[in-house]
Amino acid sequence: MIEHFDMSLVDWSRAQFALTAIYHWIFVPLTLGLSFLIAIMETIYVRTGNEEWKRLTRFWMTLFGINFAIGIATGIILEFEFGTNWSNYSWFVGDIFGTPLAIEGILAFFLESTFVAVMFFGWNKVSKKFHLTSTWLVAVGANLSALWILVANAWMQNPVGMTFNPDTARNEMVSFWAVLFNPVAVDKFLHTIFSGFLLASIFVLGISAWFLLKKREGWIAKRSILIAAIFGLISSLTVVFTGDNSAKTISSVQPVKFAAMEAHYYGSENVGLTAFGVLKRSGKKIGDKEIMDFAFRIRIPGFLSIMTGGDKNTYVPGIEDLVYGKEDSRQILSVADKIRQGVFARDVLNHYKKAIMVNDTGQIRVIKNEYFQDKKFLNENFRYFGYASLMKPEDAVPNVALSFYSFHLMVILGFFFILLFIVSVFLLMKGSIAKHRWFLWIALLSIPLAYIASEAGWVLAEAGRQPWIIQDLMPVTRAVSQISASSVMTTFILFAILFTALLIAEVSIMLRQINTGPKHSEDKL
Amino acid sequence: MINLLPDVKKLISFYYEGFRDMSAWGRKVWLIIFIKLFIMFAILRLFFFHDFLHDKYANDKQRSKYVLEQLTNSTTTND
Repeated sequence: MIEHFDMSLVDWSRAQFALTAIYHWIFVPLTLGLSFLIAIMETIYVRTGNEEWKRLTRFWMTLFGINFAIGIATGIILEFEFGTNWSNYSWFVGDIFGTPLAIEGILAFFLESTFVAVMFFGWNKVSKKFHLTSTWLVAVGANLSALWILVANAWMQNPVGMTFNPDTARNEMVSFWAVLFNPVAVDKFLHTIFSGFLLASIFVLGISAWFLLKKREGWIAKRSILIAAIFGLISSLTVVFTGDNSAKTISSVQPVKFAAMEAHYYGSENVGLTAFGVLKRSGKKIGDKEIMDFAFRIRIPGFLSIMTGGDKNTYVPGIEDLVYGKEDSRQILSVADKIRQGVFARDVLNHYKKAIMVNDTGQIRVIKNEYFQDKKFLNENFRYFGYASLMKPEDAVPNVALSFYSFHLMVILGFFFILLFIVSVFLLMKGSIAKHRWFLWIALLSIPLAYIASEAGWVLAEAGRQPWIIQDLMPVTRAVSQISASSVMTTFILFAILFTALLIAEVSIMLRQINTGPKHSEDKL
Repeated sequence: MINLLPDVKKLISFYYEGFRDMSAWGRKVWLIIFIKLFIMFAILRLFFFHDFLHDKYANDKQRSKYVLEQLTNSTTTND
């Protein structure tokens, strides 16, 4: 039995998972996007028969291969951590995770592994069309693999399509389709894969710009820029659209996260969207949590209301409303009320547990029928089960500064990339891109910015969900295994060393191949 | 009966030739993959990442009981 929550254990476990996920996410988005870019390039080669397009395709395929190979299996470490550090959570999620992850494993193994081999070993051995089909299947397979892990993550943000089984203490899937078409899953999948396309486009654009700066591979660099700029522009505009949808969904299923993203403390109508802002301490508090005020901000009037409800008169609840509730027509339930509902659900589960211990079959049947098979109890009490573990209402608020900055950094960089792609297309059409060295430098230096934007999105998704590991059902404090914090710290350090070594290996092999350039890319993996 | 042997032979030779003719960077990358998988499964998994519930409890019934206890025990001020 837990005597107290060891916060250092929770913090180290979270830090370890964050480290692993962040490193894993360095490799994934490039695979998602570059696979499609290569497929487009190879399609042009097959249609035109121009050998220069083959050289171009094979060069980018080499870089794809390095990233793909170094990134292989880095995600498996996250699954190790589920079983070791997050065993309560792993048990509680039951088969909700099992099904999507099994599908992901099968898809990843059969689609990617088989056709990646054809991509690299198959030049001049299989027909052009079969090779091209394999390249497209790798792209589709990689992105479909991402779908399933994102479905699992979306369930953590908005648990749907399941019922809790008090006998096994696990959630059981009752509707696969509800889990798959969870609105958070749909938004998350589209937003994530298109952000991967965007990142890969910046990657191609930046490296091609480097070639132009070095006055090398002009033909290949300009065509790569053209493909990357058009693909990147379409992707980045789609990212804006899916991001907007995603924000709308978050405002309804995770309103506290939404308010934290905007550092929006007090609810009102006609709320402006902060386009840019710097936070400072205000000295005021909500409970024991300090309110962050704006030292400076640029707002788009009424836009947050329009984003969430379609018009500027939409009331957008602030953190204070969501913590303390609003009993007017808006009927926002306070966290204190949710805690009461959660405690009631926990008490019912406790009675059930005791009835099982003494094998009181009558009582077991009564509790099951009256509560766990009763929709009212499930919808009004059990959905707030996790709140029973909160010490005080203010604990339901995530880190506002982290949520705000990660969100705004992602958005600002997203709009910067749109501008970058537009200027790329414009300069290419004018035929003067190679002369604008300042622009080529910006394109090259944008590569790390694309990674920062991509990681910021994940920081927002995960840190903004706190204190929950599963929204409203399980806080992180209940999810951790009772192991020693020092052992988690040890593996944290091991992972940091392992992943840093992998990253250095990837970057150094990749830099060498970039420096070698497309002329020598007749290699196979 | 369909004779699949020639196709299997073709498939094996496809992979064999692919690995045999691999470039320097390809060999380097494969070496990294093997080292990484060795570290992950032979060191990390074996010595550091045991399945907590499987190691601690013999069957699912015990595991359920343990997790139920973890979910319902009172460790907060809400009681």
